[in-house]
Amino acid sequence: MTLPLSFVFFVLLGLSVYFYYHAKSGIVRKAALLSDRTKALPSHYGQQSFLWAFIPSLLILLVLTIGGPNYIDQIFYNKIQELNPTFNESFVSLILAKVINVSNGKISTGEENIIMLAKDYKIAFEQLHFYRGLVVILCAALLGMIISYRQKPGSNAREQVEKFIVNIFFASAVIAIFTTVAIILSLFFEALRFFNLYNFFDFIFGLHWAPNVAIRTDQVAAEGSFGMIPVLLGTLLISFIAMCVAIPIGLFSAIYLAEFATPKIRDFVKPTLEILAGIPTVVYGYFAALTAAPFFREIGFSLGLDVSSESAIAAGAVMGIMIIPFISSLSDDVIRAVPQSLRDGSMGLGATKAETIYIVILPAAIPGLIGAVLLAVSRAIGETMIVVMAAGLSANLTVNPLESVTTVTVQIVSLLTGDTEFDDIKTLSAFGLGLALFFFTLLLNIFALSISRRLAERYD
Amino acid sequence: MIRKSIQSRRARETRLKIYGITSICFALIMLATLLISIGLNGYSALQQAYFKLDISVNTEKFVDDSGAPDNNKMNLFNWDGLVQSALREFFPEVKDRDEKKELFAIISANAGYDLKEIIKKKALGSGSHTLSVWLHLSDDADQYLKGRLSIDIPEEDRRINNKQIAWVNSLVERDIAKLKFNKTFFTSADSREPESAGILGSVIGSALTLFVTIMFALPLAVMAAIYLEYFAKPGKITDFIEVNVNNLAAVPSIVFGLLGLSVFLSTFGLPRSAPLVGGLVLGLMTLPTIIIASRASIRSIPPSIREAALGLGASKMQAALHHVLPLATPGILTGTIIGMAQALGETAPLLMIGMVAFIIDIPTTFTSSATAMPVQIYMWSDSAERAFYERSSLAILFLVAFLISMNLLAVVLRKKFEKKW
Repeated sequence: MTLPLSFVFFVLLGLSVYFYYHAKSGIVRKAALLSDRTKALPSHYGQQSFLWAFIPSLLILLVLTIGGPNYIDQIFYNKIQELNPTFNESFVSLILAKVINVSNGKISTGEENIIMLAKDYKIAFEQLHFYRGLVVILCAALLGMIISYRQKPGSNAREQVEKFIVNIFFASAVIAIFTTVAIILSLFFEALRFFNLYNFFDFIFGLHWAPNVAIRTDQVAAEGSFGMIPVLLGTLLISFIAMCVAIPIGLFSAIYLAEFATPKIRDFVKPTLEILAGIPTVVYGYFAALTAAPFFREIGFSLGLDVSSESAIAAGAVMGIMIIPFISSLSDDVIRAVPQSLRDGSMGLGATKAETIYIVILPAAIPGLIGAVLLAVSRAIGETMIVVMAAGLSANLTVNPLESVTTVTVQIVSLLTGDTEFDDIKTLSAFGLGLALFFFTLLLNIFALSISRRLAERYD
Repeated sequence: MIRKSIQSRRARETRLKIYGITSICFALIMLATLLISIGLNGYSALQQAYFKLDISVNTEKFVDDSGAPDNNKMNLFNWDGLVQSALREFFPEVKDRDEKKELFAIISANAGYDLKEIIKKKALGSGSHTLSVWLHLSDDADQYLKGRLSIDIPEEDRRINNKQIAWVNSLVERDIAKLKFNKTFFTSADSREPESAGILGSVIGSALTLFVTIMFALPLAVMAAIYLEYFAKPGKITDFIEVNVNNLAAVPSIVFGLLGLSVFLSTFGLPRSAPLVGGLVLGLMTLPTIIIASRASIRSIPPSIREAALGLGASKMQAALHHVLPLATPGILTGTIIGMAQALGETAPLLMIGMVAFIIDIPTTFTSSATAMPVQIYMWSDSAERAFYERSSLAILFLVAFLISMNLLAVVLRKKFEKKW
């Protein structure tokens, strides 16, 4: 007998709803027997039964659904290894994958051992599903009965329900912490495995990036070298070009919109710029690769310059366009946050509007503007699709914007989308780059956010 | 002297204004260039070159002994041969083996398969039938008919040679081949042949992914926002949560992809390329955006409403859930729509969790292999055939139109429900 996930879930839901009504009518009866009034509304007792039955069982269901298959895989992994002690780890994993595919009916095989194991595997899964369903449903039924039995008209169900809900709310807020921790841990441990295979300092300070490792052990290939300096330099070069485009245009647009524009113009331009911000990055990538890159090549050609077809300038310029609305809307907010009294004071002393802007408003807004720019830089460094589509793959150590450079994100994508094994040094090096990227952007973000917060506090 | 200085001060002001106007114009021109260039590239993919064949089939070949339709027999039948011989009737002069090969290259390599599917769908009665069907020409012939292949370059550098051009032209003259509305683009999934490739598979993949994203992110974000606004006690944990939320909003999306790869795929063992994993990763990514928007929306509800509820004896929870939350819903919805638009356009994290595979089937469940619209665009613009660029552009136009309407909806909602308290 199999109990599929959806069936178990709906039985669980049904049971919990049943306990809701059971407790709701039960408490009224109990109160009538004692000729007493319930301390909370009857529906609160119902909610209490529902939550007590539903939430713990749901958690058990989740744990079993996620953990169960892994546990079975581990058992079969050990079984295969016991049967053939001479096999190495990756070969055992290979056999296990075969067993799983045979048991799903995805592939067929003539090897009897594997067919036997696949049968056992299927049975183990059926058992898992059966016991998962049984445990979850029994747990819900038991918890629901206990809580309904224990409810007394004198107990304040509302308070208890609310305490429970607050805890659930707290748990969802803590997910933000968990996500950060999970990012750091997963990147850190994979990167640590990489640094076991490759010297940390060679990675940080190496001047040569060429991750061409032999995929099979018998293949003749150059020893891969993973020095991240050229990749980092490429990232900074493209981000720099992007900032050269985005900062002046974004800032001047923001100044104009905040200080000069009539409300009509503002109402038209702001949403239009927001459209620019809402266009997916893959579209900018397409534009950079198919329109901007040939355009820069043509211009370079007519000037007698040799522009690479994957030039840094094409990717950087398009990235700059992408970032314009980001900078303009953040700076617009910052400039408008400068108190009106400063403007009035300056104008009252006879300054022109331009002088007010240059001498009073911009200096007052400068921390916020720096914060906005730093956030934009962090965004440019982490931007992926534009550079994947328009920048190159080879890591040239150059600051010439006409040549092709590569970036951290391009390398991560190219290292992880190929068909490589998970423990491969190439794959692991991507996590090394990911860790570097995460810390770099994290520092920028924290710095930027703290600067902007200081500004906000100053004028509060 | 004063007049002179005033002149220069005014000039400075004018210059500043000009800088501002120029920058805004530049941004707007760029937006227009982007959309127009993609539109010019893509509009032609709305049409596709078809040719008409009159084909006679005898359905008795495809039934088993009991008379029921037999798919196996149908699959084994030489459909390509049928199409090819029908095509050769138009050009009896083609005899040579190489020439035949060239002739068959002007029709789609999937023509036989398409014919089989058409006949299957028609469910003809027994006996022999003659029907006229429209099948795809090859992508090169299609591009030539749309004028997208320049025929000025030398013949050997072209994807279509002079003989083939003559054949295509003669088919057009005889009214056998023509450009028709490209239905395939909207009704099929990806294919190796541009003429049979469509966006339906990736649209459904995106829809499944977004469904998971919204189911995951919206409830969590709203609960977190209510907690942070009304229940969190000021202290280190609350501060830490806030710092984390703000930071996560600015973490590069590809890092979430790495997280999904190492946590959901390798640790939890969830399937690769699945909308479930894609949705979870995008959910984690949009969570901070929705939390921040929900908090702002909750905060904009005047405290007097909550205080009135508390004063009448409601508990903190009742005041929050029964009074503040309904009033904050439009704002939360606006934030959610913006977050979903962001998730819909996101590509990089999906590349990390393997949603970049070539998938011919339209996904049906949350764990079947799927791809998403932006990933489909990325894959098409990476391929060599000119006809894929065109499809990629058209797909972009649809995606962008959809995203813009989502954003406009958010703006309209905000305007409509914006209350001055």
